[in-house]
Order: sequence, then structure tokens, then C-alpha cells
Amino acid sequence: MRTITFEQIASAVEGLCIKANTQIGADVKEALEKAHAAEASPLGKTIIGHIMENNAIAENELVPICQDTGMAVVFVTIGQEVFVEGGLTDAINEGVRRGYEKGYLRKSVVKDPLIRVNTGDNTPAVIHYDIVPGDKLHIMVAPKGFGSENMSQLKMFKPADGVEAIKKFVIEAVEKAGPNPCPPIVVGVGIGGTMEKASFLAKKALLRHIGHHSEKEHIAALEKELLEKINNLGIGPQGLGGNTTALTVNVETYPTHIAGLPCAVNINCHVARHTEIEL
Amino acid sequence: MKAVRLTTPLTQEALRQLKAGDTVLISGTIYTGRDAAHKRLVETLDRGEDLPFNVKDAVIYFVGPCPAKPGQVIGSAGPTSSYRMDTYSPRLIEQGLTGMIGKGLRGPAVVDAMKKHGCVYFVAIGGAGALMARSIKEAKVIAYDDLGTEAVRELVVEDFPVIVCIDAEGNNLYEQGRAQYQRN
Repeated sequence: MRTITFEQIASAVEGLCIKANTQIGADVKEALEKAHAAEASPLGKTIIGHIMENNAIAENELVPICQDTGMAVVFVTIGQEVFVEGGLTDAINEGVRRGYEKGYLRKSVVKDPLIRVNTGDNTPAVIHYDIVPGDKLHIMVAPKGFGSENMSQLKMFKPADGVEAIKKFVIEAVEKAGPNPCPPIVVGVGIGGTMEKASFLAKKALLRHIGHHSEKEHIAALEKELLEKINNLGIGPQGLGGNTTALTVNVETYPTHIAGLPCAVNINCHVARHTEIEL
Repeated sequence: MKAVRLTTPLTQEALRQLKAGDTVLISGTIYTGRDAAHKRLVETLDRGEDLPFNVKDAVIYFVGPCPAKPGQVIGSAGPTSSYRMDTYSPRLIEQGLTGMIGKGLRGPAVVDAMKKHGCVYFVAIGGAGALMARSIKEAKVIAYDDLGTEAVRELVVEDFPVIVCIDAEGNNLYEQGRAQYQRN
């Protein structure tokens, strides 16, 4: 057994919340540079330029990239030989509480979805746990803004509907979202499992580094085809027209039931944030 | 693209000059408000009471900023999705609101009210809150302090960068821009 303390975890999560909200990943920066060079619309090109300038200001001045610093979504992979001194969930929420306060991040979480009073500290986080062999603890913080989150879609297809129905569904979800999720976007697609598993996979797909395609050949081909079709929609940067609507389409799959074909689409804006640490 | 400079208040005469696709730099006073604040503004009108600011010829910015760091006027302050204010916007436009700044689609009832009463919908760049905060020179909460980030703030802005998305005639840059680059 290896012991990890409450304080180690809270402190790590605090740092991750601030870093994720102020520093965009190298993969997103590179994708924006490529898009800037390739964008056909002059206004679209200007917009991508402003987004790049904004990211530089945020990083240099340690201020949030976007005012929507999100609901903290935390992915935890915990080795079964790890003993956590103090509650793990409490430690993560304590880290979120400190990070959002110390980083001058916006507190966007309400306690009850219907009564809607702000919790004042951005907790609770949405936490996903995965238990694996070993004695390591891996934590990824992915703040999720709701301009894009609200554009999510889930559909339970019949097996007979097949891949063509999935393509149509993903493209229509992006088309319907239009300018709302702040294009250029990252599109996460989850196929398989159950209703909630497909949604989880779509979220997880957003965390994959841009430029890394699926290792499954047919899925990698699907990702490329969807990206091309989405960029042909003409929605463009901020929805004002252009050939950069999405930076990437990432598809994750899981085995499913003989009777079903669940598919979920989760969209991220260009502020595709995720930062990780291994303890 | 040469930017049009405008100073608030935004009069009917000034807004009629603005066309979808124009890039604009706004200076002067603008007001903030998002979901919860809009709900209260409309409830105030329903009770027949006065709004906390003069809405005639005013520009409202749909934003919920980050807290200001020491030495800053305001934290990151980019636009939030406008469609969530569609329920409330026509009531404010009837009262004389002439400009809205946000991002994303608007419903037909909002566009109808804009054409009928004279109002322009500007978009700012979503997700570029750090950049936009630089154009905000002063900020103070003037109503609904208890709403925190959703409180109504009076902002003094200088060369605040926006794009005319829907003009007072109903021309829509989202539709025009997309049509120009759509393939298949």
C-alpha cells in the first residue's frame, strides 16, 4: 500500500484548476496556428488571430482564457494499491474550492438545478473514477464551459441504422449548434456502451490530444470524414462563415448490446482545456 | 476592414447606419446582464417599476465576468450565449434598448422586435475574455449584487471590439457568412 494524503491531492487539484484555465495546451495552439494559415474567410482569419492573441494574454498575465471557467470535470485513475488518507472526493472538491478562489476564476455552479443559488466556490466537481492495478494516482482536471456543453446530443439508434445514421447525427448536431459553442470547436463522439457510457465516451473523446487519431482504422477514417464534412458546412470561426468549424473530431467506442447503438456528441469550444498530474 | 467607431448612447439615427458585417469599436457606457439579471429586469417591468438603469438608447452586454485580480478593473469578460436571453430581450427592446452584445443565434421574436423598434445585435468573440477585458476601463455593480457574477454592472469601455451580426433591417451575418463558405 502507498499512502497519499488529503493535502497532496487538494494541493494538486488547486494547481490544475488554475493551470487549465489560464494555459491552453500546445496541441490546441498548434491547431489554431494551422487553422489561421488555412482559413479562407478574411473575417474568420482575423477572429482566429484574436483568439491566439487572447490565449497569449491569458498565459502571460495568468488570467482566465475565457470568463466561463466551467464546471470542473475531474477524471481520476486510482491504483488499487493506493491508500488515500482522508476522503478522496472531499480532497478533490477542496482543491477545486481553493483553485477557483486563488486563481480568480468564475464560480459558476448552482446548488440545486431548479432553485439555482450559487454554491460560491464552484463545487461540487463532476468526478469520474477508474480503478486500475498499481500504486499511482492520476488526476486530470477538465473545466467545461456550458456555451458548448449545452449543445450536446444523445441518441439511441437501432443497430440497423448503422454508421450512416451516426454521421448524419453528428453533422446535424454541429449544424444545429452553429455559432453557439464558439467555433472553431472540438467534437467528441461516443459510440457504444449504454446511454450514460456513450455520453462519458463523448466527454472523454474531448480530452484526446488534437492530431492523435483513433488506433482503430475504421474509426480513424470516420474521424477524418466527419471533420471534412463539418468544415464543409461553412459555419467557420464564431459562426460568421469560413472553412474552420472544427479543429478535430475524436471518436471513442465501447462494446454494446445486440439490440442497441447509442451515440453521444459532446462539443468543446476552442478553449479545450485539460491538465493532468500523476501522484 | 475599417472599423466603425461609435459612442454610447446608441441613438436610432446612429444604429440605422450599421449594417450586418460591419466591425465596430464601442466606447462609452454599457450595461451587463445575463440569465438571472434578465429575469429580474423583466419582473421589475411586470410590476410596473423602474429599471435600475436607463434602458433608452442603452447597450447591454451578455456577460458574467471572472473576479478581478488585484490591480485589475475586471476579470476575463467575453460574451455568453445570447439565445438564453431570447425570452426576455423583446421586453427590453420595447423599452428602448438599442444594442445587445453577445454570441450565437437569436430567435425570430427577438429579430422581429429589433426590426419593429430599432435595435442592433452585435457579437463579440466567444472565449476571448482576457482580450476583451482590456477594453473595459471601469466597472461597478449597480444592481442585484447578490447575483455575484450575474449582477448588473455599469462598464465604461474604450474601443470595445464587436461585429454587427443582425442589423435593424434583420440582415444576418450568420446566414450570409455561412452561405459564402458552405460546400456541397
